[in-house]
Amino acid sequence: MAYTIVGKSVPRIDAVAKVTGKAKYTDDFFERDMLVGKVLRSPYAHALVKHIDTTKAKELPGVKAVLTYQDVPQIKFATAGHPFNLDPSHQDKADRLILTGKARFVGDAVAAVVATDELIAEEALRLIEVEYEQLEALLTSEAAMKEGAPLIHEDCPHNILSDRGFRMGNLEEAFLAADTVVEGEYETSMVQHCHLENHISYAYVDTHDRIVIVTSTQIPHIIRRIVGQALGIPWGRIRVIKPYVGGGFGAKQDACLEPLTAAMTLAVGGQPVKLNYSREECMIDTRRRHDFKFKIKSGVTRDGKILGMHIEAVSNTGAYASHGHSIAGAGGSKFRYLYAIPAIKYEPKTVYTNLPVAGAMRGYGSPQMVYALECHIEDIAKKLNLDPIEIRRKNLIEIGHVDPLSQNKIMSSGIRECIDKGKALIRWEAKKEAYQQQAGDKRRGLGMAAFSYASGTHPIGLEIAGARIVLNQDGSVQVQIGATEIGQGSDTVFAQMVAEVLGLPIDRVHVVSEQDTDISPFDTGAYASRQTYISGMAVKKAAEEIKAKILDFAWGLTDIPAHALDLKEQNVVYKHSGESVLPLAEVALSTYYDTVFAQPITSDVSNNARVNAVPYGVTFAEVEVDLKTGKIEILEIYNVHDSGTIVNPRLAEGQVHGGVSMGIGYALSEQLLFDPKTGKPLNNNLLDYKLPTIMDTPDIGVAFVETHEPTGSFGVKSLGEPPALSPAPAIRNAVLDATGVAFNQLPMNPQRVFEKLKQAGLI
Amino acid sequence: MRKKIALTVNGKAESFEVDVRESLLEVLRNTLGYTGVKKGCGVGECGACSVLIDGVPIDSCIYLAVWADGKTILTIEGVAQDGELSPVQQAFVDEGAVQCGFCTPGLVLTTTALAESGREYTKDELKRELSGHFCRCTGYQNIVKAAEKAIETCRHDGSCGNHHPADHYHDPEKQEGST
Repeated sequence: MAYTIVGKSVPRIDAVAKVTGKAKYTDDFFERDMLVGKVLRSPYAHALVKHIDTTKAKELPGVKAVLTYQDVPQIKFATAGHPFNLDPSHQDKADRLILTGKARFVGDAVAAVVATDELIAEEALRLIEVEYEQLEALLTSEAAMKEGAPLIHEDCPHNILSDRGFRMGNLEEAFLAADTVVEGEYETSMVQHCHLENHISYAYVDTHDRIVIVTSTQIPHIIRRIVGQALGIPWGRIRVIKPYVGGGFGAKQDACLEPLTAAMTLAVGGQPVKLNYSREECMIDTRRRHDFKFKIKSGVTRDGKILGMHIEAVSNTGAYASHGHSIAGAGGSKFRYLYAIPAIKYEPKTVYTNLPVAGAMRGYGSPQMVYALECHIEDIAKKLNLDPIEIRRKNLIEIGHVDPLSQNKIMSSGIRECIDKGKALIRWEAKKEAYQQQAGDKRRGLGMAAFSYASGTHPIGLEIAGARIVLNQDGSVQVQIGATEIGQGSDTVFAQMVAEVLGLPIDRVHVVSEQDTDISPFDTGAYASRQTYISGMAVKKAAEEIKAKILDFAWGLTDIPAHALDLKEQNVVYKHSGESVLPLAEVALSTYYDTVFAQPITSDVSNNARVNAVPYGVTFAEVEVDLKTGKIEILEIYNVHDSGTIVNPRLAEGQVHGGVSMGIGYALSEQLLFDPKTGKPLNNNLLDYKLPTIMDTPDIGVAFVETHEPTGSFGVKSLGEPPALSPAPAIRNAVLDATGVAFNQLPMNPQRVFEKLKQAGLI
Repeated sequence: MRKKIALTVNGKAESFEVDVRESLLEVLRNTLGYTGVKKGCGVGECGACSVLIDGVPIDSCIYLAVWADGKTILTIEGVAQDGELSPVQQAFVDEGAVQCGFCTPGLVLTTTALAESGREYTKDELKRELSGHFCRCTGYQNIVKAAEKAIETCRHDGSCGNHHPADHYHDPEKQEGST
């Protein structure tokens, strides 16, 4: 379908603000007499606070308040950034207090101070005397689940937060009918988001006794509700403002510090208080990715058709639930759209441990699941001596498939074309041929992996999005959305959608980037790769309403029926010929000032999307493994995506670059490490945590297979998270191809690779 | 203890007292209001707070304000001249090198120093020069493209306003001396 501005690489509408340093993030706002908040963290992984004495801290000049768990509301609340669920049985697990009397990980917040400056606040923390009673620290899922282990949360037997899985088809029959059974175990690691802007918020009480929170969040409307719940006050008394955000990747889809910031301002009579986590704090007391252990067993025919699959998964959610209960479920649902496996039994266990809290992170359970699944498919191909690409093709789902559990229907799929394109880009056949006989210390190999995902959370979550548009006197428009720009480019994409519908150039569409829960339409925010697809529906609906109103008004001015009119290049035109009837600016001016008919044009819509669209894609990777050092070099890597219509190719490529880079870090270097005895973090900083640098990152090839998704505005599907899903297994499969050694544990860092190659007799 | 310092920031002479414990980052942000200087780690790991000190990119979070006495500082706010983006800024916009924008000011400034040096860089050299900056959004792909384009533009038409004498850069001795 031909569009004028959808599909064009217009520059980001916030790029100039960002390259000139004018874009304001939370830390860039100053309030008079702003105080500084600081958190006292437990040095023990599992301990009861027996006694806490704040006398000396309170006496220190400059200290305005000292809070302990005894001073905050004793209301357990859930932090996960989900839409509220009216059904209590589907509500998030409320297991957290703003400050705790029972520390559940090293770094858990037991007390907090508010002071006039940072140095005084730090000094005050040192003056708080805490007597702890240490409990047994449960630092692995196995330790947490073993009989007789102490309970991290008293209401969760065996420390299991959730074990809700599913079964579909008849697995027993599938295994009986299979020619062979393939089993494998796969393990992923704990990694962290590492958005460049740490978590930060500040709060004050305004002149109407309302709490105003300015915060770096992906989910302002949800934060309002959670703060209300945590403090036990009416939700309408809270106002949340989201300025520019320096990256989130899921860590800011959670109420990590806003309830405490609100409690701090209330403790000092409403004076502004800023809570600004250091990098070291951010890496242990916000969120991280769940580490999973999988056991997979598949029944397969000799020609590679998968008849049944039994997946057992253990997910380590750390000290508090956050998103834990739903992440194992999401991981188990989104891969079902890739292969037509008639019988699946999925048995996940999400386990509390005394480690930092895991939560949402780009892919939400799928990077773990896709890694395990795509390693396993490769292992099946190897065992049956089948071509790894052909075995995937043989099992792919076709358009029209309806998932028996979610009832989501596949209405568009470019997965086959993605595979073809990836294969051609990397020159698969020629290289496979060339690498058949390798000797020496450096071995090359090729690997690929595929994925399916979703666009938003339907039918599990509510998918409400809001948009409001105002036609200005000069024929330009303001667009307000509840969806949040966190760097991914959603504001620009929405501007393009509005410009397309209204026949405007992009610079006549003014997007209000800041969200303010008092003003912005209701939308649940940036997560689940939902905004272009879900919020895009609301934006298009609002723009179409504006257009209809403009044409109606023009009818009144010209006596030409609205159905004969259209909008093009800032003119009202004849629909059939495109001939100009009158300038849009003239109509707009009349809507404000016509003495008889004036009625300024606005739209304010909400959209409840009860559909979901499945994006697809692949990674193809070529690696060189240095047998002497265990170092893996990526020679070439390509991600090919079917995300429906690509609204802005350059921004879309940028999403893929970032996701692949994150996937490469996941595959090769990133891992949060903890002392195995004490649970103390060992590398919660950007020096010791091996985030890929510019020198570690190879050239990343990107291609799109554009399909038209019938349910998406302009045919779009999601793209935000998908690029991070398949790089790790593709790289693992390439390493397997190069060395014959299967690495079933992430990350594949030189130490681990070296040891395993030695074990395999290659060194 | 407080000490008076005099420095030039974005072409403007400034003179005021600082706490001797304060970093240049804190003074630029909190005293002078240059909030384009970003704090990502506070300990010299991420590069977000980079500014040019006498033309040399330095992490302002681990550079004491008192050391800046007598120096000439360029922050991101001083890069555009009379509302015109510099070739480096324009390249970052055009090549899609900006996403969340938090690492952007530091990267624009380091690239500005490279562009003003008048030197040629291979891609590997360029990546090494930029490797003090973390970015989590872009996978660095379009940042490299933007930097290559900007350096090329500046070499061709000499259009990079020479904010400061850049000859300190790539002179290891002087670079050491400046910190």
